[in-house]
Amino acid sequence: MTRYLLPLGVFIALVLFLGVGLGLNPRLVPSPLVGKPLPDFTLATLRSPDKTLARKDLTGKVSLLNAWATWCVECRREHPVLVAIAAQGKVPVYGLNYKDQRPDALQWLQRLGDPYVASAFDADGRVGLDLGVYGLPETFLVDERGMIVYKHIGPISREIWESDFVPVIEGLRSASD
Amino acid sequence: MNTLRVMTAGVLLALAASATAIVFEQREFADAEQLQRYKTLIAELRCLVCQNQNIADSNADLAADLRREVHRMIGEGKSDDTIIDFMVTRYGDFVLYRPPLNAKTVLLWGAPFVLGLGGVILLLVQLRRRHSDPATTTPLDAEERARLRSLLDAD
Repeated sequence: MTRYLLPLGVFIALVLFLGVGLGLNPRLVPSPLVGKPLPDFTLATLRSPDKTLARKDLTGKVSLLNAWATWCVECRREHPVLVAIAAQGKVPVYGLNYKDQRPDALQWLQRLGDPYVASAFDADGRVGLDLGVYGLPETFLVDERGMIVYKHIGPISREIWESDFVPVIEGLRSASD
Repeated sequence: MNTLRVMTAGVLLALAASATAIVFEQREFADAEQLQRYKTLIAELRCLVCQNQNIADSNADLAADLRREVHRMIGEGKSDDTIIDFMVTRYGDFVLYRPPLNAKTVLLWGAPFVLGLGGVILLLVQLRRRHSDPATTTPLDAEERARLRSLLDAD
């Protein structure tokens, strides 16, 4: 009997492993930056090239940093959710406009609404590289000490916002009180 | 003979023309050793966009950025370890085609040896069992022997 049960068991285990593996998304690479300080950066803002947005602007409070671009289709899908998050006013939303054209980006914000307190204009993607950005949109949750608490790759939906971000933000708030 | 020579010249000319027409990421290095390090590094770093390609082969924008960074750091005299650290702090062990051996990757590195050893043990057990068990080789009875003979004689 064990003669047949053993191969069957091995087979079932293999199927289970492969089944779980199929369900995983290989594009989601865990970021080594979570739990580390947000890398230092200073960039001109999208709206006014003579003003800058820097790391220190994001610290001292819980904030979101959303990497986006007008050429990114998923960002278009995510945009209304960001507008709603900004309107909700729980956390300020900052943008990192990644490898984009300034006129395109400004037009996009004018047409679709601007959820960002400010967007940093990262034309050559150098800051994006320091942040480990590899597939837009990506959103970082930064705590008041400037640590990256959470990172989401791909568009944020309302559900993801409620389930993944809000509890972490509430946790940070209650911890600092 | 002459036509062949002309044709060869034509082909060579065409090749030369195409070689000057297409320049892909021209990079300058201080010496041959730096070029070799560049080639090795970009072959061992994985592109996060086209996940089954290294950054040497990938056409993705990100891969081009990473190649540029590797070139820049080599030019600045950074060591291979520094460059690899730079990539790992940003993208994690995932960027390495040869991930380091640590608690998370021990199964990845160990599994081939464990499975190989298991296979050898299983094979040895099977062979020994077959060897020590004469019952597995049952002699032919008269009828089977006759059939075997007729089969062999048929040729």
